[in-house]
Amino acid sequence: MSQTTVTPNRSPVFSSSRLPRWAPAVIAVASLALSIGISLVAGWESKVQWGLIAALLFVIGSYAVTARIEGRRQAKDRVATSLVWVCFLLAVVPLLSLAWTTISNGAQVVDGYFLSHSMNGVLNSDPGGGVYHALLGTIEQVLIATVIAAPIGLLTAVYLVEYGKGKLARAVTFFVDVMTGIPSIVAGLFVLSFWILILGFSFSGFAGAMALAILMMPVVVRSTEEMLKLVPNELREASLALGVPKWKTITKIVIPTAIGGITTGVMLAVARITGETAPVLLLVFGSKIINGNPFEGAQSSLPLYVYQEYGIGTEQSIDRAWGAALTLIAFVMILNLVARGIARWKAPKTGR
Amino acid sequence: MNTTATQTPPPPPTDRIEPKSSQKTVVRPGDRIFSGLSKGSGITLLVIMAAIAAFLTYRAALALSENKANFLTYEDWLPQNTPPMFGIATLAFGTVVSSVIAMVLAVPVAIGIALFISHYAPRKLAAPLAYLVDLLAAVPSIVYGLWGALILVPHLDGLNKWLDAYLGWTYIFDKAGTGPARSLFTVGILLAIMILPIITNVTREVFLQVPRMHEEAALALGATRWETIRMSVLPFARSGIISASMLGLGRALGETMAVATVLSPNFIISGHLLDPGGGTFAQNIASKFKEATPLGQDALIASGLVLFVITLLVNGAARYIIGRRKEYSGANA
Amino acid sequence: MAKRIDVSGLTAYYSTFKAIEDISMTVEPRSVTAFIGPSGCGKSTFLRTLNRMHEVTPGGRVEGKVMLDDENLYGSGVDPVTVRREVGMVFQRPNPFPTMSIFDNVAAGLRLNGSYKKSELNDVVEKSLRGANLWDEVKDRLNRPGSGLSGGQQQRLCIARAIAVEPKVLLMDEPCSALDPISTLAIEDLIGELKEHFTIVIVTHNMQQAARVSDRTAFFNLAAVGQPGKLIEIDDTERIFSNPSVQATEDYISGRFG
Repeated sequence: MSQTTVTPNRSPVFSSSRLPRWAPAVIAVASLALSIGISLVAGWESKVQWGLIAALLFVIGSYAVTARIEGRRQAKDRVATSLVWVCFLLAVVPLLSLAWTTISNGAQVVDGYFLSHSMNGVLNSDPGGGVYHALLGTIEQVLIATVIAAPIGLLTAVYLVEYGKGKLARAVTFFVDVMTGIPSIVAGLFVLSFWILILGFSFSGFAGAMALAILMMPVVVRSTEEMLKLVPNELREASLALGVPKWKTITKIVIPTAIGGITTGVMLAVARITGETAPVLLLVFGSKIINGNPFEGAQSSLPLYVYQEYGIGTEQSIDRAWGAALTLIAFVMILNLVARGIARWKAPKTGR
Repeated sequence: MNTTATQTPPPPPTDRIEPKSSQKTVVRPGDRIFSGLSKGSGITLLVIMAAIAAFLTYRAALALSENKANFLTYEDWLPQNTPPMFGIATLAFGTVVSSVIAMVLAVPVAIGIALFISHYAPRKLAAPLAYLVDLLAAVPSIVYGLWGALILVPHLDGLNKWLDAYLGWTYIFDKAGTGPARSLFTVGILLAIMILPIITNVTREVFLQVPRMHEEAALALGATRWETIRMSVLPFARSGIISASMLGLGRALGETMAVATVLSPNFIISGHLLDPGGGTFAQNIASKFKEATPLGQDALIASGLVLFVITLLVNGAARYIIGRRKEYSGANA
Repeated sequence: MAKRIDVSGLTAYYSTFKAIEDISMTVEPRSVTAFIGPSGCGKSTFLRTLNRMHEVTPGGRVEGKVMLDDENLYGSGVDPVTVRREVGMVFQRPNPFPTMSIFDNVAAGLRLNGSYKKSELNDVVEKSLRGANLWDEVKDRLNRPGSGLSGGQQQRLCIARAIAVEPKVLLMDEPCSALDPISTLAIEDLIGELKEHFTIVIVTHNMQQAARVSDRTAFFNLAAVGQPGKLIEIDDTERIFSNPSVQATEDYISGRFG
């Protein structure tokens, strides 16, 4: 790789010819126009193609132009820049489309009635109906899962950071990592095989909650561990040196110092399991009516509702699926935003 | 008093200097309870992992003992037949193909986006963008599934036709008929979109960890921005990128709902990736579960066990690479 | 209430590495003893063995005896937690608890060790903050976070926190090394006042500081890197700095090595 900055064939050393700042924009517009032209002539309807061709033309165009005016190295740099921009735009389009369609389709359905009624007695082809039973099911299942997973996860993280050494701690660390990667459907199958097939319990919100708890635990352990590690050792020593026993040092000094981050981690984990469909499908079974008891009988949940209404496939049920999808996203996003808000405001006081 | 310490009379040798083991520290009950609780939680986690493996294996063994076909190579899934016959060949094929497509599409784009956020985007844009990507990673997969089935599938029709017309000679893009794009190829694209935020997030964080001085060293040699990235950012971040990709791969392999909504229920192995049909482990479990006989459920559990083992291997590999990276970056930090 | 420290035959390890070997010394009550010596000679390790903080470090292990008046800190059945209530410590970098206000920081030791009435706490906090020469500066903002103070104020806050539990001995591990000269002076003045009530042991890299604040000075050294640190001599500060009995001490003090 040549690292010489001074290229001999260019006379003024520092003021080599450069493209004006507006050049990339011009190339972008030109390639977009050209791609639309080509596509119209060839009769390709797909807008996906238009975009892809425009992107390709943009990359080639900027390379050609830069190579002529600024030289090869600059051209490579320019290509990399354009590629990075193209990647960004490529990713933004589907993600924006996802957000837009969910919001616009969902907003037509979601209203007070939709949020406060169940599907009891609503036929597939009927309009109306709502997600109340699913929302209730989701909240209950997620709460139970959190009640199981958060303490175990938190204490495991405390063990790993404050007490753990040796083989056991290494094994726990390793399996927490492994557990993070368990597909949600496998967690569902596990609870199915042991709780329902072997112990003989029936489908219930609680069964689903157990699978969700398995998915949640490693996430809580990981994030809590990170937060506890951020607590400076000096604080632990300061507390120990005051003659405070270790467990009080942990509960009164270490955990309060990290509590903002820990809360954030737990809430993000909650947000993650809220959207899980597969274990709920296997274990909670789905229901059209309101069942407030998570320990007995089938329940519904928001993601499951989306899946089932989509599966029915009538116009009305698809509308309901969008409505529930929007409700679900809103629920998850609120959790996320609140969690991040806590992380920001609960950060250790620095005084100003 | 001005004696030096070394001259103080040495302690009489008989004075028992306690053996190490007698330094029995008094453990307070609070400490014992708390450390016991936390250790117990760690052990609970291990027990759960062991239980998952044990119960799945047990139920899978029940199913496999009834199976009259070769579980690994048989291409159909008929546990309700007499004799029951089912195999994972189609599922393995579909899972691998869709995940490979997803990785091929997602990894380069994710690296691009991560670079965009960490090195290219205007500073005011970078922070909100990173935040946005974070949020996107939290969108539930069922929403991706709904969007994929209702929006993405029809929009890919044109691209499918085009690929068929101009790249049909490659065999894999040859499309029979004009069915909707409910194919493994579409699933791959959707999975790619789904795992983009995760891979981007991790990769971006790795990029941000590159010591500033490494980059400055390159810049001071007169490197362009791209050369700087190639010289100092990418080499430092390579194993981070790999492990991020492995995380994404783990997600793609186990993804259930997005595949179940998009893929048409057509149990075939076909090298023509645009043809509707195919299957993945997770999708097959979700879509066959409700109608399954008791043996059928155990058969699905057996396929779930295979998926479990595959994701274990992928995650183990990712972890191994991350572990090596730690040593590497520790030495440099 | 200050107590005498009597160390005999003390050896400390990090796992298998022997950090200090066979140290014996006596520290008189109500005096300031300074530990000086080159980096890595084990003076901080030794300091930490005096309130059993050494064993907080993973692998930390101690052999030998440390008598506080007539109790062996390392005797069997001794609870390290109670030891640390008797022997307080101030660290190199100020480390107020970031989640707590100034008031809570000072009250932390008492509160965490038992329950106290609000009025009792008020008295102790005021007394300790006055004792640390910080009261006038913070009395109007006791409920603000401790981490909002300046470095020197934070360190005095940590001293107030340490003396609030009324220890018998106060250990200071390079308490001024993270501070500017003016804050350093404030702490040094404070040490002079505190020795009326406590036995003080201070580790310092700054020989002028040792000469200014201490009554007695101990010089630590190690034969080579990887070898355990040893106590070379301990004597009245004046004598150590004017006419030490060991050549190595003189070399170190006059700047010939270290």
